[in-house]
Amino acid sequence: MDTAKSIPAVRVKRSRRKQFHNSRVLLLMCCPAVIFFCIFAYLPMPGLYLAFVKYNYTNGIFGSPFVGWDNFKFLIMTGDLWRLTFNTIAYNLAFILLGNIAQITVAILLNEIRKKWFKKVSQTLMFLPYFISAVLVGLLAYNILSYDYGLLNGVLGALGMDPVKAYSEPHLWPFIIIITYLWQTTGYGSIIYFAAIMGLDTEIVEAAEIDGANAFQRIVHIVIPWLKPTFIILLLFSLGGILKGNFGLFFNLVGANNTALYASTDIIETYVFRSLMTNFNFSMGSAVSLYQSIFGFVVVLTANWIVKKVSPENSLF
Amino acid sequence: MDINSKMDLIGSNPPRPARIRQDKSEIIVRWAGYIFISLFAISCLLPFLLILGTSFTSESAVKQHGFNIWPHEFSTFAYQIVFENPKLIIGSYLVTMGITVVGTIVGLFIVAMTGYALQRPDFSYRNRISFFIYFTTLFSGGLVPFYLLITQYLELKDNYLAVLLPGLLTPFLIIMMKSFVRSIPHAITESAKIDGAGDFTIFLRLILPMSTPALATIGLFIALGYWNEWYHAMLFLSPDMDYRPLQLFLYNVVTSADFIRNSAASSNVAMSDVPLETMKMATAVVATGPVILFYPFVQRYFIKGITVGAVKG
Repeated sequence: MDTAKSIPAVRVKRSRRKQFHNSRVLLLMCCPAVIFFCIFAYLPMPGLYLAFVKYNYTNGIFGSPFVGWDNFKFLIMTGDLWRLTFNTIAYNLAFILLGNIAQITVAILLNEIRKKWFKKVSQTLMFLPYFISAVLVGLLAYNILSYDYGLLNGVLGALGMDPVKAYSEPHLWPFIIIITYLWQTTGYGSIIYFAAIMGLDTEIVEAAEIDGANAFQRIVHIVIPWLKPTFIILLLFSLGGILKGNFGLFFNLVGANNTALYASTDIIETYVFRSLMTNFNFSMGSAVSLYQSIFGFVVVLTANWIVKKVSPENSLF
Repeated sequence: MDINSKMDLIGSNPPRPARIRQDKSEIIVRWAGYIFISLFAISCLLPFLLILGTSFTSESAVKQHGFNIWPHEFSTFAYQIVFENPKLIIGSYLVTMGITVVGTIVGLFIVAMTGYALQRPDFSYRNRISFFIYFTTLFSGGLVPFYLLITQYLELKDNYLAVLLPGLLTPFLIIMMKSFVRSIPHAITESAKIDGAGDFTIFLRLILPMSTPALATIGLFIALGYWNEWYHAMLFLSPDMDYRPLQLFLYNVVTSADFIRNSAASSNVAMSDVPLETMKMATAVVATGPVILFYPFVQRYFIKGITVGAVKG
């Protein structure tokens, strides 16, 4: 059998042409995906030039008058940029931290349960919210929060308490959005931690039990430290996306035109969406997008730099 | 530890020794587990029951008592109106099914092909192409240029392709495919090459049949994305289109009373008698119910997806 082909040492330094020739089929196989990303991801990028012009429809993107940093100055002066950045980052931090804590809690408790059927049924139910559309999530929330018919006001009424006008009270929304997020993602997200606990060596647990560790000590001193590396990696991964908002969740929970709630619910994605579909201010939307992309890029590089220090094998590049 | 062997343990209990002693802490922790998990699982189910219950309630009972899991006054009136003009909902189903089937088959094939090629150690360009794809998750042109591209340059407004094309593949799915393919020994490719098989033949005849679990998982992720897709539909399909994807249909019903009235216009119900609230719920049940029933059977593939996706690609 001719094995020479597969032994790298035998290979002489190939010319570029030869290299291309040898991988031409594999290159062709990558073509559809490369073309896809060229069109849908790279082609729009030059459009960010919109951020530096005062866009009007007749002149198009590259014919509209150049205004330099004016759009950004406007966003800073009105305070919009600061509010959007704060909301987006604050929500994402809450999602990441509370989300991971909830996932770890569910995974640990699920692991303590012995009855197999209970585990299966509860897991299926807990995964359910993850697989429904954002539109349905919005409707489910409406069922609970609606002033006139919602379950919440029904319960409050039965307890003799005043009804809550949820859809016009901005200060309630951080709680509503975070709880909905946790409701939707905790079950599915806990799988990672659950799988990690499964990888825990039973001998260590047995040894600890022989030494007289009780259940709390087992969880605090063995299981939680065991999950720490997973937690750190997931944390750093999600930090990279800290400027990317979950548009579907916010848009469907808050509603398209509920101005009363913008102070506490407006994130970068919803602002850009409005600038496109409601205000037709394409330049302002693009300015926010450009800011988001560059700021986000810097954050990813930083997060990756930290990952490289903490655990080099998990770094992205 | 190998991720696949780890996954086999999920759903089954790890081998545990008989307890040395059942002390108090064990019992407390276990009961805390049962109580907390039960409460959370019920809270996950409850909103769905609320929709189901309300959809079978008469509109007048809803106006009086609010939304309820158990109907105060049983009625199928909302369903009668939804199905009075079944063309709308059946049309939506067909549109969504068509987009999902075509998109999943095409997308899955491209994802699998790209994932395999990028995982081949002897492919000289794999790092460059991988980065080219990965970079799109780091930097993007944002919504406005994307919208202008689809509507003005590709001229896909009011075209189902505007929903189908952008959902075909994501960098995440290609990375997931790469991790799956990594578990297939490269020696298989090598020996096939020695026997004279071309790269595409190896992919089609050897790699694809060997990666059916991976294809099932990735295919389900793509299909789920299309089934739940409403964002591109809302952006690119205008409200006066006859047949819109299911989730956009649901979005219109949920957010616009006028839309409900218009869709009920062909029935013999007076405008003021159209049950606005219960029709939202009935439409949600009709649009989502069948899929939710289907989902426990494919759940394990999604479980596999998240654990593979979690490790770096």
